[in-house]
Amino acid sequence: MRFDDKIPEPVIEIRHLTTRFGSAVIHDDISFTVLRGEIFAVVGASGSGKSTLLQEMIMLRRPESGSIHVLGKDLSAIGERESMELRRRLGVLFQHGALFSALTVAENIAVPLREHTQLSAEFIREIVGIKLGWVRLPANSAEKYPNQLSGGMLKRAALARAIALDPELVFLDEPTAGLDPASTAALDDLIRQLKYILGLTIVMVTHDLDSLWNVAGRVGVLGDGKLLEVGTMEELSRSDHPLVAEYFQGSRGRGAKEQAWNRR
Amino acid sequence: MQTAITTARSPTASASLDSDGTLSCAGAWKMANVPFLERQLAEVLGTESGQQIWDMSGITSMDTAGAWLVRRSLSRLEQTGRRVELRGVRAEFEQLIRWISDEGESVAGQPQKPGMIDQLGHAAWNASLQGLGFLSFVGESTLVLLRLLVNPRRIRWQPFFYNLRAGGLQAIPIVGLLSFMMGVVIAYQAAVALRPYGASVFIVEFVGIAMLREIVPLITAIIVAGRSGSAYTAQIGTMKVTEEVNAMRTMGIDPLELLIAPKVLALVVAVPLLTAFADVTGVFGGMVIARTQLDVGFNAFLDRFESVIFPTDYLIGVGKAPVFAVIIAMIGCYQGLCVSGSAESVGRHTTVSVVQSIFVVIVFDALFSVLLDWMGIGLFAQ
Repeated sequence: MRFDDKIPEPVIEIRHLTTRFGSAVIHDDISFTVLRGEIFAVVGASGSGKSTLLQEMIMLRRPESGSIHVLGKDLSAIGERESMELRRRLGVLFQHGALFSALTVAENIAVPLREHTQLSAEFIREIVGIKLGWVRLPANSAEKYPNQLSGGMLKRAALARAIALDPELVFLDEPTAGLDPASTAALDDLIRQLKYILGLTIVMVTHDLDSLWNVAGRVGVLGDGKLLEVGTMEELSRSDHPLVAEYFQGSRGRGAKEQAWNRR
Repeated sequence: MQTAITTARSPTASASLDSDGTLSCAGAWKMANVPFLERQLAEVLGTESGQQIWDMSGITSMDTAGAWLVRRSLSRLEQTGRRVELRGVRAEFEQLIRWISDEGESVAGQPQKPGMIDQLGHAAWNASLQGLGFLSFVGESTLVLLRLLVNPRRIRWQPFFYNLRAGGLQAIPIVGLLSFMMGVVIAYQAAVALRPYGASVFIVEFVGIAMLREIVPLITAIIVAGRSGSAYTAQIGTMKVTEEVNAMRTMGIDPLELLIAPKVLALVVAVPLLTAFADVTGVFGGMVIARTQLDVGFNAFLDRFESVIFPTDYLIGVGKAPVFAVIIAMIGCYQGLCVSGSAESVGRHTTVSVVQSIFVVIVFDALFSVLLDWMGIGLFAQ
């Protein structure tokens, strides 16, 4: 809840980031900033290093060179204690949900609450109920196991777990991949609403053009190891850069744009 | 956000009763402070009655837990007939509290645990389903195996030889070593009993019969169940989770023919060979002890071995091996096919597979003893 911020402060600052897998250069001198309260999307063709970039931002992978600051902390110089504390302020929605298959949905959402707070079991159960309500999961899904859920419900449950601790910064890896159009639209609305109520900053990796038009504030396009362009969808859809144009001005890109316009 | 440990010592939030009966709330009403605030509220609110005023202008930040604490305290007070007026709530906090009461309350409830009779019923039902499932699996795979034996060109030789190597050839060192050690252990026990009576040469009968008839086939089957049976379950189970088994079916390939038949056939060939090899190392283990503890030399041992141990003893032991092999392979594969959905399920069925196959192997071993006795080639017949 940060409505009093006059000047948007940077939440993520990436400077001269370089990543290599062996001799293959994935990221070649990438720099960008994500501001507090915005929804920043990273797009790019398959293999352009979107997921790697995400892994580096959530401290699952170290870049070869360059610096990443998340919530003011330099990830290359962060200690064990500090990184644990930082992780608690981040929520991550993994591409396939990554819910613990041995636990029910309710237990999954309760995991971070049990680990990191001293709330009573009853209070935790109530909070879990609230989060389930926020992601619009029916009450009877709380006692189900992840393999009993449909793809859309799985994503919602995983999102509820990601926001269990009221994080400041939420990472979404392909949140709408594999969902039907109705579920996609519903999830998009949900993400926007959560961002608004909880004052979240959201970084998402996605392929979904409709989702980009509906949700994203600014979009960064990765290609050839570089960050080709950063801007709003309107700006990008008028871009001259051949790779960006290919991505956004193909028939699917135009269709998504028209739809987004019609909806307004 | 601070760590829960530090805030437990020095809370950065408070709820205190003023002299005029107003409850002043201040600080960070956040998750880390909620346990503390909950206690404070309980103390303060127990005493008050009638109309209450909560002054919330001192609250600097609020998250879901803080908002829920407010919401939940209010509804509890209202249930006991008291009314509360919130004052000085910042717009964004009010919104959060409202959103929680709209979205949350309906869902928060006690999870229902099934009763004992319910659980018993489920367990019995599942067990009988599993039993039926296994029976039909045995039937189906028998048909497939018979079809393959009639038409051996359909046998998938590549997976067959791969499984023969993985389950047979690569098991030789461990089976040989363990059987050698079992021979040592058995001979030791015998040596202790035989030496005082000067009956040292009977070590040959003792070791020969015990190892060839019982110990070696059993120990080999147990090792194979642990090595190959579990591997089969894990492999087929993982293929089920990743829908590879379904993909096979849609391509018109029978998983029983491609996945299971080669495994069963490979073990049927491998386990008797392993048993024969383990017979050699096991008896050798006994010979080593006979020589060192009882002064029965290798030559004397082997001379007597020839005259007191019959081919029947050896054949009975090796003859059990293919039966054990079929049991292990069938249970391993069946449990693999039972896997559904999750990684946890793979682990559970792998355990079940090993435990069940060792159990059934031992049951069959006991049945063999009874059966052989009836047939007149049991131990007492000699």
